[in-house]
Amino acid sequence: MNATLTDTRIVENATCTFCGCVCDDMILKVQGGRIVEARNACVLGKAWFLNHHVEDRPVALIEGKPASLEEAVNRAAEILVAARYPVVYGLSDTTCEAQRIAVAIADWIGGCVDTTTSVCHGPSGMAFQGVGEVTCSLGEVKNRADLVVFWGCNPAESHPRHMTRYSTMPRGLFVPNGRKGRTVVLVDVRRTKTAPAADIFLQIKPRRDFEALWALRALIKGCSPGPTIEEETGISLAQLQDLAQRMKSCKFGVLFFGMGLSMTRGKHLNVEAALALARDLNQYTKFYIKPMRGHGNVTGADNVVSWQTGYPFGVNLARGYPRFNPGEYTTADLLARGEADAALIIASDPLANFSEPARKHLRRIPYIALDPKETPTTRHATVAFTTAVYGINVAGTVYRMDDVPIRLRPAIPSPYPSDEEVLRRLERRIRQLLGMGTQNT
Amino acid sequence: MAETFVLIAGRTSWQGTSLNESKFSEEYLEETHTLWMNSADLAELGLKPGNRVRIGSQWGSAEVVVQADKRGELPRGVVFIAYGDASSRLMGGDTHGTGMPDSKGIDVTIEPLPAG
Repeated sequence: MNATLTDTRIVENATCTFCGCVCDDMILKVQGGRIVEARNACVLGKAWFLNHHVEDRPVALIEGKPASLEEAVNRAAEILVAARYPVVYGLSDTTCEAQRIAVAIADWIGGCVDTTTSVCHGPSGMAFQGVGEVTCSLGEVKNRADLVVFWGCNPAESHPRHMTRYSTMPRGLFVPNGRKGRTVVLVDVRRTKTAPAADIFLQIKPRRDFEALWALRALIKGCSPGPTIEEETGISLAQLQDLAQRMKSCKFGVLFFGMGLSMTRGKHLNVEAALALARDLNQYTKFYIKPMRGHGNVTGADNVVSWQTGYPFGVNLARGYPRFNPGEYTTADLLARGEADAALIIASDPLANFSEPARKHLRRIPYIALDPKETPTTRHATVAFTTAVYGINVAGTVYRMDDVPIRLRPAIPSPYPSDEEVLRRLERRIRQLLGMGTQNT
Repeated sequence: MAETFVLIAGRTSWQGTSLNESKFSEEYLEETHTLWMNSADLAELGLKPGNRVRIGSQWGSAEVVVQADKRGELPRGVVFIAYGDASSRLMGGDTHGTGMPDSKGIDVTIEPLPAG
């Protein structure tokens, strides 16, 4: 790219990597080295593209002081090689190419590799292993779904184009009337901004998702859940019977669930109940279930860590082979229990969103952070790298929330290296320190 | 006296857009330190929108500003806060073997703070 400050360019079919919808129909207008217009973007996408500017930060900081890339890579490699129980964490806001190298680094240093999945849909990942996932693509939903259930999620605020582009509004091959051809149901504790977009809103009591899902399973099998179900869940028996009937009689149903299931008491058991419900429904019709994934490439992180280690997150590589155990090898636990003695944090901000015991321990240990912006995590990092933004400055591969890989088309160059480049240099230096040779992996 | 509620932490559009600017921006900090309550609960506690309260769980506490919910979004007894520093202070370290501490549906107390 040779854009000058006076150039005006249009970048077509660019991809927004802010949320898991990964909308790849952006039309970006670039002027004076900035994105000045983002057509087709939602409110979150507009903020993502239009707020992008070159940060006034050094490429690297060591203990808060500016350093060269090489000095920072050397110091970071020394920290990770010296550590006895390091963890590599984050990865949901970077490319699959960078994620792959991060897994390799965890392998070389014998540490744990974990992604932000563990603190959003990690419990869903556990449930997928227990029950299985009746899955489909968002394209199939668009073209076929006549019943769409959102449970414990609020796409109107967290995935603003989900409904308009994929799930409720578009006209599909077998849903030629678009929204009129679909029934939309929302189950949530709050009457959120998604509620007006639904035909049916069922307001459930907090922490009663499992009971309601189990009651639906019973109804679908012809059993009655008992007279106390309304008192327990806040949803009447008649409402549950109506939903069960709609689920059984639709042509193509889909249940999208959010962290209302995975982060509430019961967690993976709530999700298992939802997965089992979708599985049961396939005795009567076609019914699918998908999690609403948050960050732009969190689905890519699950895919990359899975094909590299066999498990999606919370993986320990200390013995030279992968072991998976959420609660033991997941970062929130490794930090809260005071076990990790160093960390490599890529494109995430645990000092802003982890529990206080975990944050307290992270502040005590040496750690390395890669992020395009200054965050609470980069501020406290022993070594902080400023990196280019994926999707805006950097090409690569990301996975949409339905596991469809999408190629990025960057709009403007960055003076900073990509996560992939920093990690590649770091991996090479770690191998040098370990006496393992320096050929590219 | 502190009253007991169920806290839901979650995403909001404004939290999502303001973090693109900076997590140190006034907008982001305001959004992540605002607690939304059912307006009847607000009145029962003798609070007005904009008052400061201390919200506490068994694991920690934070000082936030209360606002009345919009469009009857919240049922009585349920309060909402956008993900951020304040919501993280209310989470415990134990993940019950899942990797994720409870962050939605946790019991909290709300105690009005003196003005100023």
